[in-house]
Amino acid sequence: MVRSFFGFIGRRGFNLVDSSTDFFREISGLYYLTRATLYCTFIEPLKGKPNKWRPVWTQMEEVGVKSTTIVFLVSFLIGVILAFQSAHQLSRLGALEFVGALVGVAILRELGPLMTALVMAGRVGAAFTAEMGTMKVSDEVLALETMALNPVKFLITPRFLALLIMLPCLTIMADLMGILGGFLIGTTTLGIDPVVYVNNSLDAMVVKDVITGLVKSVVFAVIIVMVGSYMAFIIEGGAEKVGQNTRTAVVVSMILVIIADLVFTSLFFFVF
Amino acid sequence: MIEIKHLRKSFGEGDKRVVVLDDFNAEMEKGQITSIIGGSGSGKSTVLKHLIGAYTPDSGEIWIDGEEVSLLQGEAANGVRKKFGIMFQSGALFNSLTVEDNVALPMREHTELNESTIQIMVKMKLEMVGLRGAEHLKPAQLSGGMIKRIALARAIALDPKIVFYDEPSAGLDPISIGVIDKLIIDLSRKMGITSVVVTHEIPSAMRISDKIIMLFKGKIVASGSPEEIRNSDDPRVQQFIQGSPDGPIPFSKSLTNYGDELKNMSHI
Repeated sequence: MVRSFFGFIGRRGFNLVDSSTDFFREISGLYYLTRATLYCTFIEPLKGKPNKWRPVWTQMEEVGVKSTTIVFLVSFLIGVILAFQSAHQLSRLGALEFVGALVGVAILRELGPLMTALVMAGRVGAAFTAEMGTMKVSDEVLALETMALNPVKFLITPRFLALLIMLPCLTIMADLMGILGGFLIGTTTLGIDPVVYVNNSLDAMVVKDVITGLVKSVVFAVIIVMVGSYMAFIIEGGAEKVGQNTRTAVVVSMILVIIADLVFTSLFFFVF
Repeated sequence: MIEIKHLRKSFGEGDKRVVVLDDFNAEMEKGQITSIIGGSGSGKSTVLKHLIGAYTPDSGEIWIDGEEVSLLQGEAANGVRKKFGIMFQSGALFNSLTVEDNVALPMREHTELNESTIQIMVKMKLEMVGLRGAEHLKPAQLSGGMIKRIALARAIALDPKIVFYDEPSAGLDPISIGVIDKLIIDLSRKMGITSVVVTHEIPSAMRISDKIIMLFKGKIVASGSPEEIRNSDDPRVQQFIQGSPDGPIPFSKSLTNYGDELKNMSHI
């Protein structure tokens, strides 16, 4: 009885050690891939191996332009929802006209970057893993290597640059759409005077809010691309693994995005 | 051209360690076609993966064109990789690119040629494999035999000295196999390309090879001209050539005794 109890604890202990080793192996793998990507994207061009821009344009269209509709829709609705929710509480304090300020600051600092990143983690992160994972499974990545082409430079760099540029752009557009959503509800359903709404909003919002939001969105872009690519490059085997890793990529990048959000929010809270 | 000395490779750790290649020695002459034959799991694909630098050997040396390549990394490895082309078993064409872009990719990345020259080169390569006119198709629109031909066109895009073929005839109809065989022979005879073919298709290997190496469980069991292989008195070679299901190479792959395993099951 006692022995089996300790045996149970021991097994659990070993399982824990095993899974933590796995965890740190993944983390270090992710770190090395990120380092290689940063090297290929930013250092190698300085050494006379310029980046090709055509694949970057293609990816920018794929991840950026084609994501605008869903990002617009989500952020507009978030603005609407936020206006409704805050109106209820603020009207009890007799501060209904501050809905605009609340919606504006919340969207700029937090919800614009975060919701955009979460939507993109699902839409783009999954596509990256599935696409590059299939290439890995069908030996295309090996074919690239044997043609003396670096798969990191060839596959990850264009996606990395594209999302690094497009995610902040999409975030700005999401900010505008969210604020527009709040404005429409505030001025129509809630009956706030448009001039008062705009004035209160502009008083509350400062440039710093936009900048912190954009800094976050750059970090989110790195997370989405690197997790998506890493999950694709570690695939061994067949179609089943592609599906599993695509799912893992989306879950992990969403979690990492929220953790990074927390880290940066607290950083900005204490520093600025 | 290619020399492999005392190559050893094993996978796994501890009890699960499996020796895949055990003291593999081979020499592939310039301009000749060398086939490596053997059943599934005999280690022939592992040899190929060592040659292309996808695996690092546990011990041993690989010399390609007068250079020890087994431990090369980064730029040095890329320098060697530009000397050879590979035709993968699945073709491994880039599915997002057209046939033309697939064949042009190595030229666009590794040469300074202008676009019109590249297009002429692509036409020449496609003509060599008999598929001129397929430039604008996507790999998904091609048949299995055509994919292998395009893969060959891509492999020879940079005029390599060596071409590796991984199961060139697997999964093809007899006529397509004949076509691929002809292409391999033509490239070797007319352009002096050194070819290494990994295959289990005996008739095809007999037709095209200058030299055949037969592997069994990571060891070379026979090596020589097709004639010598055909007349070999090694029963394993004869079994492989004739395709007998049972013989010196056993039918059962199980490692444990059947009776013991059944007896032990009752204790579970």
